[in-house]
Amino acid sequence: MSTQPISSAEINSDGTIVKKKLGIGFWLCVTWLGLMALIALFTPLLPLKSPTQNFLDPANGRPPYSPSWKHWFGSDKDARDVFARTLHGARISLTVGFAAITAGFLVGGTVGVISGYYKGWIDRISSFVFIVLLSFPSLVLAILLTSLIERSLLTISLVLGLLSIAPVGRLARAATLQFADREFVLAARQIGATNRRIIIKEILPNVAIPMSSLALLGMAVAVVAEGGLSFLGLSVEKGITWGGLIQLGSESSKTLEEAPWIAFFPILMLFLTVLSLNFAGDRVRNYFDVKETTL
Amino acid sequence: MNPPDVVRSEAEPLVETVEIKTHFKTPRGIARAVDGVSIQIRRGQSLGVVGESGSGKTVLSRSIMGLLPRNGVIREGSVRYQGQEIGNRSSKEMRAIWGREMAMIFQDPMTSLNPVMKVGKQITESLRLHLGMSASEAMTIAEKLFRDVRIPEPTRRLNQYPHELSGGMRQRVMIAIALACGPNMLFADEPTTALDVTVQAQILELISEQKRDRNMSLLLVTHNLGVVAGYTDEIAVMYGGKIVEKAPTKTLFADTKMPYTEALLRSIPRLDQPSHSRLATIPGRPPDIVHPPKGCRFAPRCAYVRELCLNEEPELQQASTPDHTYRCFYPVGSPEYLERKVELTRKGEFVSTGDMS
Repeated sequence: MSTQPISSAEINSDGTIVKKKLGIGFWLCVTWLGLMALIALFTPLLPLKSPTQNFLDPANGRPPYSPSWKHWFGSDKDARDVFARTLHGARISLTVGFAAITAGFLVGGTVGVISGYYKGWIDRISSFVFIVLLSFPSLVLAILLTSLIERSLLTISLVLGLLSIAPVGRLARAATLQFADREFVLAARQIGATNRRIIIKEILPNVAIPMSSLALLGMAVAVVAEGGLSFLGLSVEKGITWGGLIQLGSESSKTLEEAPWIAFFPILMLFLTVLSLNFAGDRVRNYFDVKETTL
Repeated sequence: MNPPDVVRSEAEPLVETVEIKTHFKTPRGIARAVDGVSIQIRRGQSLGVVGESGSGKTVLSRSIMGLLPRNGVIREGSVRYQGQEIGNRSSKEMRAIWGREMAMIFQDPMTSLNPVMKVGKQITESLRLHLGMSASEAMTIAEKLFRDVRIPEPTRRLNQYPHELSGGMRQRVMIAIALACGPNMLFADEPTTALDVTVQAQILELISEQKRDRNMSLLLVTHNLGVVAGYTDEIAVMYGGKIVEKAPTKTLFADTKMPYTEALLRSIPRLDQPSHSRLATIPGRPPDIVHPPKGCRFAPRCAYVRELCLNEEPELQQASTPDHTYRCFYPVGSPEYLERKVELTRKGEFVSTGDMS
């Protein structure tokens, strides 16, 4: 009996070996995410209308204006261009999502791997902290924290990052535990490798595989959480975010009925982005998820 | 670590343990995995350690190397390497010895290689770490090592991941890694247990050939007496954390003293037996090392047990043959042994294997 942790082949019922593929869906998702990332990076350089200017057009009557050649996604009640605002919204939403999960991985991943490798009192303390963090309903904690502090891009990212420490850390710890007692670790030790070297060279590449799909899934959660917070008016102050745009477009049922485009386009972007993150994360997990095979 | 090799006499042991004990703290109590073992291995000599599962043979080899878990271990006794005490050294201090002076080959080559690292990198790592070689130098040496352990197409193999290699090939890679820094002492912990029978002989042949070529000492741990017979100079039989019999290989087979060794020998299937004949087994289970029996540890399972065996623990006795020690009050061939054997034979206990001793 042996496990073959990294091989991307699958054996069919008729015994033929098929190389596992990530599939076209995965690449579509990656393309969408790449596009979003580019937009978020280069919004100021794009030939967009100003997201804050009021494009009042007396000939057209009172805003909101419906989608037209002039305003692709229509305009909101203050005659601001929804297309420009939606693209600008990608900035904060994606930055917060990315920064939060990065912070979570840096802290949670490090603590998780260290406690899984050294075990003992470090593990006991960190596991306790993780349990405490997990026992709070995360959105409630986020609302509590964000309503107390000054809400900037940095602080919102840190709050969401803090919330992702425990789940990331627990997975990192579990994955490390699984590898720390493998003989290849002992084999590395008996040829004289230091603990640091073992963690970085032997354990980390193995742990990185399950963690990579968690990174994508976790980012989706962070993007949604940021959306939730800004819907409640608790995200980055004065910033344009998808959650804020959705909130603006659904202030009352009347707004939704008369000008559904105001909320629809940010919702669509958020939906596609989160879907892509989830789908890609799922595919990555499936790709590396190899059943135990015997030689 | 640079002792003057020249002045050392051949007789001085390379590795010596004196009454080492390795106990583990478990929820049930203290497990005496190794309970007072003294062995000596001279340069170029090979010692086989034989025993059932849980007899402490693996823990013994790891205790000598200092490769024990960080927590919950109690160690006693002395381990000397080239005359220097190493039993009390920390992992940090042992790192100079690991790989360069002592190396180990593990039981399962499937789990002892890192699945996400190319085998070439795994072997060059220790070369660069210990001997300070450049990447290309290390690659050249690695290729030579692969050739030494008979890996065909070494250049291509160096660039492959462990899962692309067969079990036997992986064990060859493990041997190459262990040999990389030219250790003086090689530990092989059941190196063939996870392999096909046809590959087992090749791997053992390879280990003993490398041992000869490099003038290494070898400690071969196994549960298979047949395996050690051909490849070791001396055999130590372990039971319940203690050595119960130790002798030069030939003597052990020709003049077995300990009933346990005799029972082990009898349980090896033999070709001259009629097919479908029942294999001889040793009744009962290995002793509980948390609460070992009061007297001789093998007494509860021994066919020749007497009152004394259950109450007192036998000390190591010197046999008439040189270098042969055993731990038994009524060894094979003693009047008490023969008396009991006659009774047992009459009852029909030795039908198929009556010609054993």
